[in-house]
Amino acid sequence: MRYPWKKLLPRYLILMVFMLLVLLPLWGMFTSAFKTGVEVMAGPFSLPREWSLQNFEQAWRVGRFNIFFKNSVIVATTVVVSSVFLSTLSGYAFGSLPLPGKTWLYPLMLIGYMVPFEAVIIPLYNFMDKLGLTETLWALILPQVGLSISFGTMWMASFFENAPEELTDAAAIDGCSRWQTLWYILFPIAKPAVTTLIVLIFMWTWNEFLLALVMVQNESLRTLPVGLAFFQGKYTANIPLMAAGAIIVALPTILIYILFQRFFIRGMLGGAVKG
Amino acid sequence: MARVKYRYPGESRWKGWWYVLPALTVYLLFTFLPILETIRTSFYQWDGFSQQKTWIGFANYLEIFSDPKFHNALRNNLVFVIFYSIIPILIGLFLASLLSRRPIPGFAFFRTALFLPQVISMVVVGVVWRWMFNPTSGPINIALNWLGLRRFAISWLGDFTWALPAVGSIGTWVQSGFCMILFLAGMQRIQEEYYEAASLDGANALKQFLHITVPGLRSEIAVALVTTIIAALRVFDLVYTTTRGGPGESTMVTGFLIYRSAFMLNRIGYAAALATVLTLIILIISLLIRRYQRHGVEEDA
Repeated sequence: MRYPWKKLLPRYLILMVFMLLVLLPLWGMFTSAFKTGVEVMAGPFSLPREWSLQNFEQAWRVGRFNIFFKNSVIVATTVVVSSVFLSTLSGYAFGSLPLPGKTWLYPLMLIGYMVPFEAVIIPLYNFMDKLGLTETLWALILPQVGLSISFGTMWMASFFENAPEELTDAAAIDGCSRWQTLWYILFPIAKPAVTTLIVLIFMWTWNEFLLALVMVQNESLRTLPVGLAFFQGKYTANIPLMAAGAIIVALPTILIYILFQRFFIRGMLGGAVKG
Repeated sequence: MARVKYRYPGESRWKGWWYVLPALTVYLLFTFLPILETIRTSFYQWDGFSQQKTWIGFANYLEIFSDPKFHNALRNNLVFVIFYSIIPILIGLFLASLLSRRPIPGFAFFRTALFLPQVISMVVVGVVWRWMFNPTSGPINIALNWLGLRRFAISWLGDFTWALPAVGSIGTWVQSGFCMILFLAGMQRIQEEYYEAASLDGANALKQFLHITVPGLRSEIAVALVTTIIAALRVFDLVYTTTRGGPGESTMVTGFLIYRSAFMLNRIGYAAALATVLTLIILIISLLIRRYQRHGVEEDA
């Protein structure tokens, strides 16, 4: 099929306009991170004379983004690993095992996916306080796992529900236990579903703000988004430094999005359709 | 469809519960029970510190419904619905119909770019747009000055009239790509024959769009409405990083009101009642739109 240019051109132009509207703010912020204070004055979209990493170094050390980064990595890794593991187990039960009480258990788990963090943050804070877990990363990890499990269980259940029956039947005839069937037969073919779940939970955890803002006051326990929010309050006028901080926060999710785009989009649309 | 699941020989019928139990425990402790506890707390007066919790029945709710601060916040949330939901859905429909029927070369790149704001932390989005809106060094005012529109180059986020639409338009920036991709996925389902038949009948592009594309996308539009309206009602991160509800109360939203009441003013019961009201509004809207969506599906069948 050939593309008639006369028909394509207007559509390209319109798309280009929208794409620039999306990318220009990000590009401007990106280049600002490499500029000196003087260079910023030359205009928002001027290029830096040299691509110096000095602002990043300052944000990393003086702005303590090294510590925020470490906290974010610890929280995100723990949440992703434990949520994916627990969701796989419970999704397997919902999707492939006889489960008495499933009719009321399923909607019960679904509620967690519909309510916002605002709805639970107040008692959560008091609960964590009683357990002595505020001012620890556990206060960020445990609620995030609870919320992720709600989505993860639904997501994995619908995968197991549609998994080829012949496989599990054959495994049963060969004497595989349920546990073995799950980990040796089904889990290996669940890779796309699991990858989607991993990238989504990672993104939600990495970007989570309210929980991390409320649960810890100690600066050395802040995650990247909270760290950046306070950093912004302190260095409002220093645009290159703030830009550098913003890039440190945004880069991991952007990279993962570009690498796993297929999984990302499928998951976000699938999650939206299902929720 | 759900299959009948058989037990293995000699297997307890409760076996599945062993697999659910760890997830269920964490979920109940850290998500479900806190929801119930929020509702319970909303009937008390409590400062968060003292042992003294006073049962006051529906007093918190009565106060909410007569509180002009809440009315103002809810009104701002509704304005955000226009920016987070209505405009992005219109833009998404427009872009998707530009792209769907005749795929254009290089489309994957546009798609990647337009979806990008969805994956970035809202705090980063707030930092980026505070810079964009900066009265002196921000690109928007520099552009306005350059175009000779100096008198329009105002302090966007500090202006009582313009701060709300300014913050709202950031929501449009975030949500449009998501809507577009959702609609593109739905459009693949609409059969080409409908359009061909309509062309033969002499229906122009606009008519085809209104009578074929939009009805065909009914369920995607419902999904987009639910997702984006919920985002507009629970907005917090963005307001926290751009305006903190100011100037005055001009960008105050319910999410921020909950945060302020609970963690700055120590009015725990009142904040819990606000959170309950917000959750109820969100649940009701989701259920209503889903019902509409289901009716649509039944009619199609």
